[in-house]
Amino acid sequence: MPQRLKLLFAALAACAALAACTHKEHWHTDNIDGLMPKLDLNMTDDAGQPVTGATYRGKTVLLYFGYTNCPDVCPTTLAKLAQALKDTKNHGAGTQVLFVTVDPKRDTLSRMHEYVHAFGPWFVGLRGTHDELRALTKRYRVTYSYAKPDKDGNYEVTHSTAVFVFDGTGRSKLLILPRDSAKAIAADLDQLASR
Amino acid sequence: MPDLKAALAFLLPWEFSPPALILCVGAVLFYVRGLRRVPAAEHPGFGRRLAFFSGWALIYFVLQTHWDYLSQHMFFIHRIQHLVLHHLGPFLVVLAQPLPVLARGLPAGVVDRVLRPFWRNAVTRFVYGVLQNWAVAPVLFVGLIFFWLTPSIHFDAMLNARLYLVMNWSMLIDGMLFWALMLDPRSRHEGALIGYGPRIFLLLLTSLPQIFLGAAIGLARHELYDVYSVCGRAWPMSPLEDQSLGGLITWIPAGMMHLLGVLVLLGRWMHSDQGSTKPGALPAVSLNA
Repeated sequence: MPQRLKLLFAALAACAALAACTHKEHWHTDNIDGLMPKLDLNMTDDAGQPVTGATYRGKTVLLYFGYTNCPDVCPTTLAKLAQALKDTKNHGAGTQVLFVTVDPKRDTLSRMHEYVHAFGPWFVGLRGTHDELRALTKRYRVTYSYAKPDKDGNYEVTHSTAVFVFDGTGRSKLLILPRDSAKAIAADLDQLASR
Repeated sequence: MPDLKAALAFLLPWEFSPPALILCVGAVLFYVRGLRRVPAAEHPGFGRRLAFFSGWALIYFVLQTHWDYLSQHMFFIHRIQHLVLHHLGPFLVVLAQPLPVLARGLPAGVVDRVLRPFWRNAVTRFVYGVLQNWAVAPVLFVGLIFFWLTPSIHFDAMLNARLYLVMNWSMLIDGMLFWALMLDPRSRHEGALIGYGPRIFLLLLTSLPQIFLGAAIGLARHELYDVYSVCGRAWPMSPLEDQSLGGLITWIPAGMMHLLGVLVLLGRWMHSDQGSTKPGALPAVSLNA
């Protein structure tokens, strides 16, 4: 009897270990699996086409808010994402980076087009009306605000620093923060694409 | 005129919540109805009525106006929101001892067929007894503050709409329970769950961890709650400035509320020692009766 009991415990332990191995996911960036609503938006892309969340189903989507006059955070983040995409196994294919402007007054579609394409073919600039932008930022619980313009009329915009990552079904998966390296992002995107 | 329009827009809900609206408006309406039906001799004084209305007005304001938007995007505004939900709002409502008036204001059928059976139900009695236990209630009150201010949990609560609601409602419900227990106008032998002396002790004791936590947050030199940077602030303010201010609000006004509670209890204790408590004026008996 004790022998059988021992065997049973050994079998249980083996099962537990196996379960732990198969279910274990290690992410370098923040895991926000299902924490945020599904990808959905109503905007115009930098080619002038109206787009929704459904436009990007089937692709891994990286959603980021910024503006083209942004002095540091936006170009740094976008450059890092470009590097990370290059480092993935597919070199970015199957991935779409959506750069949503929080400064639609200055960021025209042509300006967005010029700006995002400097980072690579997987980057799309999105622009919405005030209401469309508010609806999207509210959905992802982010915000933006405008500082007072200087004497030349230039102003800074404070905005979210995070990149939201959605899988091909539009489910929220990861949150990339400024501290994450391009290497870490690439590894996570590969892991996401392999599932 | 655009200023007025902006002010009115601010008063609209950021995320409309029917339960919050029903609770706040329902409490006020049934209270007003009750006031009309209470005999003049039992009419609560101006102070008590003011406490009741301002308590609910504050709770409504932080939950169902654009204050809630600001709370999601500024740490110190969030701390003020929780100060109202967990301390100030419930404190004022409970101070008003509104149950006898509410019992008269609510439709008799609701009181007789829903509230009384619910209140007398064995499960309700058991759960209430556990939650209002002298050792459980203070731990729950302080524990909730620490729980929601744990950086990783705070991060998720600010990102997830459902978790955010759970956070705010848990603070409001626990605030009501805690202050109802602490500010019970009755002495131990009149039916309060805890005597005046132990309650004063518990109020002082529970203020200490909050002072400690508030000071730790307020004086921290690194960013503890990066979710506000991640999601963007409602207006340009440095993360540490926001955090220090939030820490101060967790520290000082919260501590003050506990001291105020002690003063209220001391006053009542002295009053009851003089033997001048009118048994007829006791609240909270209406539902038991």
